Amino acid sequence: MKLLARLKQKLFRWESDGSVPFRLSQRRIFIIPTRAGVVFAITLIAMYTGAINYTLALGHALVFLLCGLGLIGMIHTFRNLFGLSIAPGRSSPVFAGETAYFTIVLRNERQTPRLGLSLQATDNVQVETHVVAEGKCEIAIPVLTHQRGWLNLPRVRLFTVYPLGLLYAWSYLQPEMRCLVYPQPIYLPLPPEQSTTSTGERQGDGGQEDFAGFRNRQAADSLRHVAWKASARDAGQRPLLVKQFAGGAEQELQLDWQLTPENADSETRLCILTGWVLAAEAAGVSYGLRLPGQEISAQRGDQHRTRCLEALALYPS
Amino acid sequence: MSKPAPQTLDHRCAPWLFAAALATTLPHAWHQPAWLSLLSGLILAYAGWLWWRNERLPGRWLLIPLVVLTCAGVMLEFRTLLGRDAGVAMLVLFMSLKLLELRSQRDAMVLITLGYFLLLTHYFYSQSIPTGLWLIVALTMVTAALIRLHGGPASKPLPTLRYAGLLTLQALPFMLVLYVLFPRISGPLWGLPQDAHSARSGLTEQMSPGSFSDLALSSEIALRVRFDGEIPPRDKLYWRGPVMEVFDGRTWRPDPEQKKPPSIEALSPPIRYESTIEPNQQRWLLALDAPAPDLKEFGINRTLTVTIRQPLQQRGRFALTSVTDYRFNVSEDPAVLRRNLALPANLNPRTRALAESWRSQGKDQSVTVNRALALFSGDDFAYTLQPPLLGENSIDEFLFQSRRGFCEHYAAAFVVLMRAAGIPARVVGGYQGGERNPVDGFLVIRQSDAHAWAEVWLEGKGWVRIDPTAAVSPSRVEGGIALALPDSEALPALLTVRSDWARAVRHRWEAINNAWNQQVLGYNPERQRELLNQIGLANPDWKNLTALLASLVGLLLLSLTAWTLYHRPRLDPAQRLWHGALKRIAKSKVNYAPWETPLALQRRIEIEQPALAPAFTAVVNAYLKARYSADPTDLRPLREAIARLP
Repeated sequence: MKLLARLKQKLFRWESDGSVPFRLSQRRIFIIPTRAGVVFAITLIAMYTGAINYTLALGHALVFLLCGLGLIGMIHTFRNLFGLSIAPGRSSPVFAGETAYFTIVLRNERQTPRLGLSLQATDNVQVETHVVAEGKCEIAIPVLTHQRGWLNLPRVRLFTVYPLGLLYAWSYLQPEMRCLVYPQPIYLPLPPEQSTTSTGERQGDGGQEDFAGFRNRQAADSLRHVAWKASARDAGQRPLLVKQFAGGAEQELQLDWQLTPENADSETRLCILTGWVLAAEAAGVSYGLRLPGQEISAQRGDQHRTRCLEALALYPS
Repeated sequence: MSKPAPQTLDHRCAPWLFAAALATTLPHAWHQPAWLSLLSGLILAYAGWLWWRNERLPGRWLLIPLVVLTCAGVMLEFRTLLGRDAGVAMLVLFMSLKLLELRSQRDAMVLITLGYFLLLTHYFYSQSIPTGLWLIVALTMVTAALIRLHGGPASKPLPTLRYAGLLTLQALPFMLVLYVLFPRISGPLWGLPQDAHSARSGLTEQMSPGSFSDLALSSEIALRVRFDGEIPPRDKLYWRGPVMEVFDGRTWRPDPEQKKPPSIEALSPPIRYESTIEPNQQRWLLALDAPAPDLKEFGINRTLTVTIRQPLQQRGRFALTSVTDYRFNVSEDPAVLRRNLALPANLNPRTRALAESWRSQGKDQSVTVNRALALFSGDDFAYTLQPPLLGENSIDEFLFQSRRGFCEHYAAAFVVLMRAAGIPARVVGGYQGGERNPVDGFLVIRQSDAHAWAEVWLEGKGWVRIDPTAAVSPSRVEGGIALALPDSEALPALLTVRSDWARAVRHRWEAINNAWNQQVLGYNPERQRELLNQIGLANPDWKNLTALLASLVGLLLLSLTAWTLYHRPRLDPAQRLWHGALKRIAKSKVNYAPWETPLALQRRIEIEQPALAPAFTAVVNAYLKARYSADPTDLRPLREAIARLP
């Protein structure tokens, strides 16, 4: 098995592509017939036998023309990948159990479009795309997440059967891309507020539930907080909006490792803390995070939330 | 092998598949029973309607009974499911039924593969140039459907068609190379079904009143002949077919007893020629009268008919030799002579009485022959395509009442007269005449040239050809049937063309068809061997043939790959102007480094060549504006700025 794996490694050039754009060359494009291609070949043999048996001169010609079509199809399937530029794009953090999307930018410098391209990260759902002539397209490759922490983009297979579907050309991409995976939140009731010291940085004069405006929805925002009416106004042109409330910063939460159930293991505790961070942010209160060995002082807002979640995601296990 | 995930078919793809199905099945409507074409048409229309209304496709409850019913229909129509015609009918029906089952990409692939296969079946019925051309169009159509299927909605109609055309064009060189060089195997590999070859009208081994006048209406080509030397004069162009010796009062048939070889004495130099005979399902060939008996590949029977072992089911090319002046079986077997005197008893009493009276006047045989011919050349006999129907005593009725007939009437009456007068005689079927195509020099003999004449055996002379039709209508032999018939009798337009240009067009077209038949369709294992010999492969066996083939295909593949993958990035107009500007400043000893951005270059020039800087800064500004502004179409400022460069 190990030998086979090494052979594959060597044959398919499984190696990191780094984090710079690169162009697919013939050395890393592979091609085999598809099932339809095999059926096509068998059909051709049957047709050829028929042409011989009935001495059909044009039958011979037809079979040979279709043979030529198959051969030409090989070139064109190969060409559909050849010379395609691939650049790693961005990825946004997700919670464990959600699907992470790694954006890859495909750039086509040719004057003909490249249609019927598919991408698939190992063991994940495939996505289909095409690149217009002399254009580019951004494609998000889904990868299912299981664990918190950094998730490296697994090996991606870029493949196509276009134009004839008789041949399957593929290439392995391994751009250096990673995505931060937060722990999967577990929602327990928030711990009681620890202190009411005012920080003096009042964000608004109104009460805690005073409406302060809209902001773009983040992946972590619950759908319940989406301002549907406001979002509907521009008919999906922009990301969804969530209402933001400003309140007095008198209330302050300490989300402390110590407050999580004692019998839970550390991963579960991280999950509970994640749930608290989200709940506290949603509730609009200031909160601080205290983990063994590190502490984040109480604050509010997206940046703060992200900081907390990153700390939870990267907490050494 | 890789298995694509089962994918549902995109809605807009269906019209492509409909078009592919239509293109591959439509030409079959010409020869299929009407109900079959109608049924497939209805199914196609129904599938199209469902697609238009965006309704669900019918389930198994409809498809299974439909399949069973159509199979039963085909079974009833053809009495089999396995023959050629039945098989084609089934394929056409399955093709249309598959349209009711287009759910996934896989279904579409099945349909397309079936479509490619169906293309082949058209050649059972026709291999003419128009069929060949139409099938290239149909093939492109099917390929376009294939491309659309895999390209998805992003595959726009016109580019898809263009791409399919490009693929077909690129596949053509492969077809040519393979067609010429791929080792040919001569078929058939196994026994063919009964209906493997279409029945065609043509000369048969039987002659009864009316059998020739039907042929006279057909302008189809029966055979084409290329002579090594000059074409013999028209009145020598008798194309000998079956010889009919047995008469039952109505129909003439060949004598099955054919064992003895003929003896023939040539009186003129041999004429060599190559005949291309259209398939006629017969076991004899048509040869110029009289074929020389030293033909090796063919048999030649007692009555001097060239025979072949298998019925002629494909267009065949035969190299033959004939002599036009000959003496044939001067010493004939008495039993044969006796059989050639036999007449059915009690029939045609008046004819026999007339012949008896000639015989009783004695004189020699040739006088009797001339008497009969003189009878026919009398005023009251007419040559016509529409003779009246004849009763039991057909010869009596013809000779003494109607006196209107076609060549078979004259030949039959003449032979009966001779036999009754004691001269052994028989009927010979074949063709007479032919028309030289000035374009390619082939002599073209049509079904309308079908002819029947007589042969009498005269002591010391052997069998002598006598054409009674020539007596009644000399122009039949000298000028062909169109001249011999009265104007009132309608012949197909093709046979009666008299205007020069129409004739020229027809000659041209038939010569093209002939070249197509000879060079393209007639390219068989022997031709392949000849050709390979010509190009220097003295002894082509499969090994060096394969090597040659592989290297040629490889070369083609390589050059097409190079051509297809070659890609030069196209510069946009602003970039092109910018490159021009860089060339201009190179004259002022400023060299541009490939990694330098325009602004970096500008800064460098400001330091290194301050004199150049203002003009160049204008160029850079105009260039950046032309390339990166929201409306980059206006290139005039850039051009003007470049023009101001020193």
